[in-house]
Amino acid sequence: MTALLELEDVEARYGPVKALHGVTLSVDEGQIVAVLGANGAGKTTTLRAISNTVRRSGHLRLAGRSLGRLRPEAVARLGVAHVPEGRGTFAELTVWENLRLGAYTRRGSLKADADGVLAYFPWLDDRRHQQAGTLSGGEQQMLALARAFVQRPRLLLLDEPSLGLAPVLVTEIFRIIRELNEKEGLTVLVVEQNAHLALQVAHRAYVLEVGTVALSGASEELQAHESVRRSYLGY
Amino acid sequence: MSAVAATQQNRVARAAFRPVNVLLLAAAIFLLVGSLTSQIFAQQTVAGLAQGAVYGSLALALVLIYRATEVINFAQGELAMATTYIAYQLIQWGLSYWLAFFLTLVIAFALGVLIQVVAIRPVQHKSVIAVVIVTVGLFVLIDGLVTWKWGADIKFMPAPFGQQVYHWGGVAISRQDIGTLLLTVLTVVLLWVLFQFTKLGLGMRAAALRPAEAVLVGVRVDRMLAIGWGLAAVLGAVAGLMTEANQFILQPSLMQAVLLYAFAAAVLGGLESPAGAVVGGLMLGVFLNLVGQYVHFVTAQVRLPFAFAVLLAVLLVKPSGLFGRKVVRKV
Repeated sequence: MTALLELEDVEARYGPVKALHGVTLSVDEGQIVAVLGANGAGKTTTLRAISNTVRRSGHLRLAGRSLGRLRPEAVARLGVAHVPEGRGTFAELTVWENLRLGAYTRRGSLKADADGVLAYFPWLDDRRHQQAGTLSGGEQQMLALARAFVQRPRLLLLDEPSLGLAPVLVTEIFRIIRELNEKEGLTVLVVEQNAHLALQVAHRAYVLEVGTVALSGASEELQAHESVRRSYLGY
Repeated sequence: MSAVAATQQNRVARAAFRPVNVLLLAAAIFLLVGSLTSQIFAQQTVAGLAQGAVYGSLALALVLIYRATEVINFAQGELAMATTYIAYQLIQWGLSYWLAFFLTLVIAFALGVLIQVVAIRPVQHKSVIAVVIVTVGLFVLIDGLVTWKWGADIKFMPAPFGQQVYHWGGVAISRQDIGTLLLTVLTVVLLWVLFQFTKLGLGMRAAALRPAEAVLVGVRVDRMLAIGWGLAAVLGAVAGLMTEANQFILQPSLMQAVLLYAFAAAVLGGLESPAGAVVGGLMLGVFLNLVGQYVHFVTAQVRLPFAFAVLLAVLLVKPSGLFGRKVVRKV
């Protein structure tokens, strides 16, 4: 199987500060891949490099096609749904308008997708006309996930979906991610601080340290790995 | 489920009793009762609404730009004036008024887009001050170009709605005022439908509110902002043409005072609120007309300073404007 997403020697910088020093990773179709690492290791920047929302260089390919010079909106139109850290919901718009934005790049309206989305997020139905900014943090994260799902992406980029949420909600969100992956074949690249949880859900994982890949492998291997256990799992 | 319905009803009830809505309701009742008891009051109210609708549509243009670009477009009035001259030229070339009118709206849209792409986009991400300076530069440039092409002397255009005056039980209302009011309200409603119910409108709102997130769902933000400038120019053109029709004369200073009133209306409504701009414009128009009628020291010469005095008083009580919300920006 060829990889859906391939990064080869990708560097990225914020002004004069280099955040990625040559990251190489790949994501196979139908997999959940986690990116772990400490604060400042370059996890978020890796996702930004893919959606081209940071200055970067190196080889990036989606299904064999180079993402090199594509603008962020063009990357999104190729089927990359990026849910940024802090959720990226449009707080001023209603729940339903947020979902409509998910279908923005496609012909036709949201109606065709509505049933599919509501099957995973049934509570959204009652909240259609509520302003997204008035939802709780967990609800907003779910809305962001629902919107990304409406995009029918080939690849979902999720940045810290657990950030600032109660443990119950975090479990729920990862359950939905797993379900979307198993039932819909959604390919996911997820950045996560909570290594314990991420390794339970992901098939494979990469550990970043100061802007490079320090370790990679199947989740079970990493769970058993001495240094991963000590640094990220805490036992 | 019923709990959800109950909270929603609560929310609706609370929205209806927001102070600004109570204020608007009180103003509407005041105007209605006044109009029923005095013919002059009724006349001045309708004329004020027509004038206010023009302020409101130019104010809406300012708000559209402000939401998308976070600056006041100082050139908005001059652009409106220039497009009115374009209509004048088209009529000189033999077109009928209304053909020239709609053709001018198309040209205005193109001009708005062109200005965004050529003059605004290159400096947009540099700094707010840079964009402000560019709009001030455009003000001077457009003013100069118009004076160079058409001269500073007064021009005349045909009256779009004719000169008739309707009489209803002693209340005289000109066709011009009714036409201005209906046309500007129609323009605003069409824009509202565009923004609220179409995919393009949704994309434009997303691009203006959160450009960084909008690109992630595939919205072409640059294109949306350019279209926004185009639509603002169309609103300006309507305001310019209606101002000309009200004043009967066309000269390069056509929109300079109107821009200031529109600015006052936009701030009064809350700079981020499109509905606020329109309501602010209508309120300002009616208020100034009534004050001009009944308060004798407010002559035509002190209308503008008086408008700003009122604006200042409102802002002391409610700094974010009538419809404004406190803006919380997360970085």
